[in-house]
Amino acid sequence: MDNKINITSSMNNLLSRFTRRFKDGSIGTKLSHFIFGAGNIYHKQYIKGLLFLLLQIGIILFMVLCPEINNTPYGYKALLNLSLKNLSEGGAFDPTTGVFTHGSDCKLIILFGFVTIAVIIIYFILWDKNISSSFKADNDLKVGKKPSSFKQDLSELFDSKFHVTMLTPTCIAALVFTILPTIFMIALAFTTYNDQDMNEMGTNLFYWNGLNNFRAVFTGEGSLGIEIKNRFMPVLGWTFIWAIFATLTCYFGGIILALLINKKGLKGQKIFRTIFILTIAIPQFISLLAVRNLLGEYGPINGLLMNLGLTNSPIGFLGLRPGDSERLAKLMVIIINMWVGIPYTMLMTSGILMNIPQDLYEAARVDGASTIKMFFKITLPYVIFVTTPYLISSFVGNINSFNSIFLLTGGGPAYTGYQAGGTDLLVTWLYKVTIDQGSYNTGAVIGIFTFIITASITLLTYRRSKAYNQEDTFQ
Amino acid sequence: MSNKKYKSQSKSQKTSLGLTYLILIILSIIWLVPLLWIVLSAFRCEYQADGTFIGTVTSNFFPKAYGLKNFKDLFTAKYYGVENAFPRWMLNTLIIAIIDCVISTFLVLSVAYCMSKLKFRMRKPFMNIAMIIGLFPGFMSMIAIYFLLKSIGLTGNAAHPEYSMIGLVLAYSAGAGLGFQVAKGFFDVIANALVESAKLDGCTNFEIFLKIILPLAKPIIIYQALMSFTGPWMDFIFAKVIIGADNAPFWTVSVGLYSLLFGTHPDTNLFTQFAAGCVVVAIPIVTLFMFLQKYYVEGVTAGAVKG
Repeated sequence: MDNKINITSSMNNLLSRFTRRFKDGSIGTKLSHFIFGAGNIYHKQYIKGLLFLLLQIGIILFMVLCPEINNTPYGYKALLNLSLKNLSEGGAFDPTTGVFTHGSDCKLIILFGFVTIAVIIIYFILWDKNISSSFKADNDLKVGKKPSSFKQDLSELFDSKFHVTMLTPTCIAALVFTILPTIFMIALAFTTYNDQDMNEMGTNLFYWNGLNNFRAVFTGEGSLGIEIKNRFMPVLGWTFIWAIFATLTCYFGGIILALLINKKGLKGQKIFRTIFILTIAIPQFISLLAVRNLLGEYGPINGLLMNLGLTNSPIGFLGLRPGDSERLAKLMVIIINMWVGIPYTMLMTSGILMNIPQDLYEAARVDGASTIKMFFKITLPYVIFVTTPYLISSFVGNINSFNSIFLLTGGGPAYTGYQAGGTDLLVTWLYKVTIDQGSYNTGAVIGIFTFIITASITLLTYRRSKAYNQEDTFQ
Repeated sequence: MSNKKYKSQSKSQKTSLGLTYLILIILSIIWLVPLLWIVLSAFRCEYQADGTFIGTVTSNFFPKAYGLKNFKDLFTAKYYGVENAFPRWMLNTLIIAIIDCVISTFLVLSVAYCMSKLKFRMRKPFMNIAMIIGLFPGFMSMIAIYFLLKSIGLTGNAAHPEYSMIGLVLAYSAGAGLGFQVAKGFFDVIANALVESAKLDGCTNFEIFLKIILPLAKPIIIYQALMSFTGPWMDFIFAKVIIGADNAPFWTVSVGLYSLLFGTHPDTNLFTQFAAGCVVVAIPIVTLFMFLQKYYVEGVTAGAVKG
C-alpha cells in the first residue's frame, strides 16, 4: 500500500520536475533537452558541456552504427535481434558471391541486447543530469552566484559528491558482473537454450519459450522435464531439511562450545580455540575432501570397522556408490557440516558472551537460579536476540551451500536416469544441470525458484527485524 | 555449616571443570583427526611387494613408512602435460589473490564508508538492491559471467589462455563492493562527532575518509584483506568454470589439487601427492590466520550482529 503511494507520488514528482525545468529554464536549459551540454556551454561551462555532448554523440553512434563483436551487433540491431527471430544457422558458404554467412549466436544476442538496453537507460540518466546541471546554473545566476567552474565541479567530487566518486567503481562492476549476468540468466529461463534439445534437432539456435520451462515442473515436458517433475519436490524438501538442520546444529553447537571454552577457571583456552579455528583457516576443499577420503570405501574408518569385525563390506557413509543408503549420507553431511560450521559460531558467540552484562547473572545468582536456568533465561535469549540477522543469513547461506555437498557426496547416492542424487541441493542440482548437461534453461528455472525461496524468507524476517528498521540509529 | 556448603560447591565446580576439560579434549581430537590424517598421508612412503609406490588411499591410519617422496614428486611432476605444474598453480593463485585482495578491499571500504558516513538520496535503495542481489545463487550468475568473459576473450581461449586469469580476478573482485555490510557495521561505531568536528575544521569528505576513517579502520582493513586474499585459495568452482577444464597451465591450486583426485588418467588418484599439496597450501594460509586471528574474530563478531 505504502509502496504504491510512493511510486505514484514519485512519478508525479519526476514529471513536475521536468515540466518545471523546461518552462522556467533559460534558453540553454531548454536546448539541453535536445542537445546534451547545450545549457552548460550557454553558461560558459565548456568542458562539462563538451563532455556531455561527446557522451551523447558516442551513445547515438553506438546505437546507429551497431559495432559488432563475434559477428553479433550492438545498437538498434541488438534490440531487433532480441526477438530471436530471423536467425541464421550459419556456416553456409555461397560460392557465387564468395560470402560466408556466420551463424547467429543466441547467447550473445541476448547478452548484447541487455547491454544495449543498459546503454539506453544510461542515456536517459545523462539526459536528466545534463538538464539539471544547466538548470542549477540558471538558479545560481538568479541568486547572483557564478555558475560553478569545471574545477569546482571536480573538487565537489571529493567533498559533497564524494559518494559518487566512491560508488561509481562498485556500481559499474556490479552492473557488469552481477546485475547483467543475473538478468541474463533469468532471461534464459524463458528460452529453449538446452544443449540436449538443440543437439537432437541439429541446431545451434534457440528461441523464446514463454513459461513452458516453468510448466515442466508440473507437466514433465522437454528433455529434462521428467527429471524436473519427479525430482523437484524431493530436492526442494531436502534443501529445506538440510538448511534447517545445518543452521541449527552449527548454531547451538557453537554456542555450547563457546560456553565450554569460556568457562571460568579453564586453562589453555587459547590452545583449544586455535584447534577449532584450524578448520576455518584450512580451505574447505582440503578439509572436506580429507573427510570424504577418510570415510571412503578404502579409507581408514572403513578399514578399522572391518578389522574390528563390525562390518563385512565397506559402509557407504557418503553415498558415493549407487545403492548406498540415502539416509546415512544425509545424516553424515549434516554431522560433517557441524565439524566445519561449529568453530565459526563458536568464535562469533565468544565475543557476544563476554558482552552480556554480568550483573544479570549476579542478580540471578542472588535469587538462587541454577546454572542451567541461567543459561536458558539469560544467556540464550541474549545471544539469540543479538544474532538474529546472522541466523537468517546463515540459513540462506546454507540453502546455497555448494561446497559441503559437492565436495562430500557429489550429490550421491545417484538415482539412475536422473541428474539429481539423494543429497543434491537446489544449487548443486543447478550446477549439474547447467555445467554437466548444458540445460541452461532448466538450470535458470531452478535458480529462479531458489531465489524466490531465499528472497521471501529474507524479506519476511529481515525487514521486520530491528537491525533493518533501525539500521541508522547507531550512525 | 556454610563452610561445608562452600566446600561441596567448589568440589562440584571442580568436577564440572574436569568434565569440561574432558569434553573439550575429546572434541579437539575429533576436530584434529581428519587434518592429522592428511598430514600423515602427505609423509606416507609405502611400497608394494613388487616395489611400486602406493599413492592411493589406504585403510591404515598411520603410515608404515615415512618420507618426503610425495613432496618431491609434487614439485617436480608433470601433471596434465604441464611441467612444474604445482609451483605454477601456486604462483597463479598467489598473483590472483594479491590483485583480488587490493581491488576488493578498496571497493568494500569505499562502499562501506559511503553507506555509513555520507548522506545521499540513493543510500537506502542502494542497500536494498545490494541485499536482493545477494540472494541470487552465485552459480546462476557464474555461468553468465562465463559467457560475458568469453565474448570479450577473457576465458581460456586458444590464442591467449593466460587472459583467463584476468577474467577470474574480475569475477572475484567485481562483486566485492556489494559485500560491504561487515565493514559498514564497523564504520557505524566510529563516532559521528569526530566526522562533524572535522567538517567544521573545513575537511572535505575525501580528507575525512583518508585522514580520520582509514587510520581508525585498521582492524577492518586487515579483516577484509585477509578474506579477499584467502578467497582465491579456497574457491574451487569459479576457478574451474572460468579458467576452463582444459587450461591446466593457468589453473589455480585448488582446481589443480582437485584434479589430482578426480581428474583424467594418468594424473588421477594421486592421493598422497594431493595430501602433500594440501599441506603446502594450508601452511601459509593457516599461519596468516593465526597471526591475524584477533582481526578475524573482530570481523566475524561484527558480521554476526550486522548479518
